[in-house]
Amino acid sequence: MTINSEDIDAILLTLRLALVVTAILLLIALPLAHWLSRTSSFLKAPINALVALPLVLPPTVLGFYALMLMGPSGPIGYVTETLGLGLLPFTFWGLVLGSCLYSLPFVVQPLQASMASLGQRHTEVAATLGAGPLDRFFSVTVPLVRPGLITAIVLGFAHTLGEFGVVLMIGGNIPGETRVVSVQIYDYVELLDYRRAHVLSAMMLIFSFLLLLGLYTSGRVKSIKLW
Amino acid sequence: MVSAVNEGLVAKLHFCSSHFELAADLVLPGEGVSAFFGPSGAGKTTMLRALAGLDYHPNTRVTINGQCWQDASMCLPVHKRSLAYVFQEPSLFTHLNVKQNLEYAMTRAKHKKKKNSFDEVVELLDLDKLLKSHVGQLSGGEAQRVAIARALLSQPELLLMDEPLASLDEHRKAVILRYLEKLVEELKQPLIYVSHSLNEIAQLSDYLVLIHAGRIIRHGPLTEVLSSPELCRLEDHVCTVIDAKIAEHNSVWCMQKIIFPSGEIWLTETEKKVGDAIRVQVNASDVSIALSKAEDSSITNILSAKIHSIDRDNKRAQTLVRLIVGDTILLARVMQHSVDKLGLAVGMRVWAQIKSVAILR
Repeated sequence: MTINSEDIDAILLTLRLALVVTAILLLIALPLAHWLSRTSSFLKAPINALVALPLVLPPTVLGFYALMLMGPSGPIGYVTETLGLGLLPFTFWGLVLGSCLYSLPFVVQPLQASMASLGQRHTEVAATLGAGPLDRFFSVTVPLVRPGLITAIVLGFAHTLGEFGVVLMIGGNIPGETRVVSVQIYDYVELLDYRRAHVLSAMMLIFSFLLLLGLYTSGRVKSIKLW
Repeated sequence: MVSAVNEGLVAKLHFCSSHFELAADLVLPGEGVSAFFGPSGAGKTTMLRALAGLDYHPNTRVTINGQCWQDASMCLPVHKRSLAYVFQEPSLFTHLNVKQNLEYAMTRAKHKKKKNSFDEVVELLDLDKLLKSHVGQLSGGEAQRVAIARALLSQPELLLMDEPLASLDEHRKAVILRYLEKLVEELKQPLIYVSHSLNEIAQLSDYLVLIHAGRIIRHGPLTEVLSSPELCRLEDHVCTVIDAKIAEHNSVWCMQKIIFPSGEIWLTETEKKVGDAIRVQVNASDVSIALSKAEDSSITNILSAKIHSIDRDNKRAQTLVRLIVGDTILLARVMQHSVDKLGLAVGMRVWAQIKSVAILR
């Protein structure tokens, strides 16, 4: 057997992380993208820029600031400690928080693009037919942006699977807790165990390829729209 | 007076943007079809959207049948107003099929008591065969029919239509217009119909509001406003609309006689029977004026008339003459040259020769 139990732990942890992060990001990104796609507030540009920041920032920078925020003297650390949750760095939930920041643009931007191209007409029609704001959002906007929604889910999930820098900065390398597949691969390379590194890398490559292949062949997505 | 305030729609709109100012006091009847007419950019759609609450303007007051939708202290959001809106483009929900689009409106209907039943509406707009179709498979005309049905099924107290035919080609326009005619006959709620086509308006509406540059320049019963000087200044191809009754049928000549207060006109026979109401249109360019009654002319309809006014426009060859036949105003477009040659003047008795009459409904 070329996969040992540590690898399996890493794989399961990675999948769990990606699922949790994608779910949380959807909850944040749906209202955020909705607001960004229709607001003319002066806050639109700065918030767009903030959301897009992880696209250009080195993961280490992001991870460094996340670490500072979650640490004993950071505001998030203060809150989590007061709530009796302890400190988040080097825990699974610390990784979740870091990954949410890191993958945010990959979920927000496809949603925002399809909501913007949808225009206002459909929600206006729904309003004249008696649908209130929440009703309109779930009965009209969400179904009509389905291609964007699928893209957002797949990209958010796939991107979280493959993250490395942020994890290393705030999660470290704790087996079963924060050692995800990408970190495991790094460890193997450090130990010059190229064979095991290769097995995991190939699995990641094939899995990610299949995800994207599924996205494109579903026929609903013609091109991935990031601004 | 109390009933006059409680019935129908009363609105006060006033707002301005950097390039447009709109100020209007509207009072519309509580039943039948009221049309908004004016050149494009006059503010018709802006007014309609303000009435519906689709655009918020602070200094707006809207009351319908005694129920306040908006005033200085409150503003009902669109989904709480008992209205339905048909947009220029059909705007159907593409993730639902035709039937589901209709059901979307039904489950959110404004009144539990149904004015328009599903079966009636489907039959009226001929949607039976389309119910299972996907929205993307419909032609523009079919889609607009579904949009109209959807609006009716939300059981509104007020129906608003913003140029529902404007995005269709001529043939489809004619088809939908026939459906709208049927709809108007059975209408159970007032309808405000925005259009820049006088033809559609003459066919469908009973009340006309003229809008120009963000103001209401005239409003009143259709026949009255159609022959008003305000409309004639806006539009070149003016016409007279006459609501009449069929009085006689002549099967030898295949003709029918229609009568209206103090006048009668012969038409080629229609499907209507003696006693039925009929609305006809006479284009001003189809009316000529003679000083004596021509017995040697091929024109059948020659009516005795009095000149009410003459709109002279010295920059043009043609002049609009307003004639009174009994108590009906008849418009005649004649050459300026003829006015001078015949010495036409206000108050003169003349003969109006009507070359052709179009049946509207």
